[in-house]
Amino acid sequence: MNTTQQVGTEGVWLVIPLYNEASVIGEVVTHARSVFPGVVVVDDGSVDGGAEVARQAGAVVVRHPVNLGQGAALQTGFEFALTRPDMQWVVTFDADGQHQTDDVLAMLAKARAEDLQVVFGSRFLDDRTTPSLAKKLVLRAAVGYTNLTTHTRLTDAHNGLRLLRRDVVERLDITQNRMAHASELVEQIGALSVRYGESPVHILYTDYSRSKGQSLWNSVNILVELILR
Amino acid sequence: MKLVVVQILLIVVVFVVAARLFRSRGARAQAIRRLGVLAFGAFAVVSIIFPDVWTRIAQNFFGIGRGTDLVLYGLVVAFLSFTVTTYLRFRDLETRYTRLARRIALDEVAGTLRTPEPPARDPQDPAAG
Repeated sequence: MNTTQQVGTEGVWLVIPLYNEASVIGEVVTHARSVFPGVVVVDDGSVDGGAEVARQAGAVVVRHPVNLGQGAALQTGFEFALTRPDMQWVVTFDADGQHQTDDVLAMLAKARAEDLQVVFGSRFLDDRTTPSLAKKLVLRAAVGYTNLTTHTRLTDAHNGLRLLRRDVVERLDITQNRMAHASELVEQIGALSVRYGESPVHILYTDYSRSKGQSLWNSVNILVELILR
Repeated sequence: MKLVVVQILLIVVVFVVAARLFRSRGARAQAIRRLGVLAFGAFAVVSIIFPDVWTRIAQNFFGIGRGTDLVLYGLVVAFLSFTVTTYLRFRDLETRYTRLARRIALDEVAGTLRTPEPPARDPQDPAAG
């Protein structure tokens, strides 16, 4: 992999929330570890032994004693990463193998070149990702809502791949335990007035991620969670 | 007005429910809630004894034809506000519970990880002793 040599990955910590994905997490961690030295898997109360698989693959595993939700897992990952003195960047990364490490390297290069504190991944900056029409519409609506309610201009609001600089991670506090955390993160970053950018990412909609993926009904739940707080 | 068995039963139920609601924790909001419960209980008793009191209120003050409709509207409003306050209460509880669980998770991993080397304290180095 060429890009690995070009982009320094020291001080980069991948935060991977894990909930019952034992069948794929080993491969995801092994591959991530071949590119990035720091990988922390936040096991959100899995009951399928995924935490052990992740540990054997070389990740640091932080285990929630009970299931709390993906947002809570991300915040735990942030707080763990902040205990690492060498940490300069945090990357939020999915456990189900739909994110590419090459995209992370591109985001890192972009952040360094343009002196950005946050780089959001976006599915809609190129045509590599092909969501279904219904999913596309809902995602577009979500972007519209997020741009309307936060001080940001983004093309993809609910992308799980993000690069955050240490000083930003220090000031984040995700309280939306379940799905609304993505919007909350964007909102908090918008309120911080930091330098952010977007980088194209390719989301692999595999059969596996499709079978696990959140249904479109979830967008209703997200909206309610955002309004009622 | 003669008290029927059903009316006596209903009054007992109202008293029991009011008494149970009475014993929960807080400050000013709680005082208001208690006064509300008292008023509600008193009114419930009155309306059980005089069933047509709601109809009179509905017609005279709200221009609604039947007292049952007025009670229904009141219940809908009360139920919705109950739903929202309960939701917010649970959210608050969940936040605390999350912080607790996170603390446990982070403490646990800190115990298993090799902690970063403490600042140089070499036994051979006389300056450090």
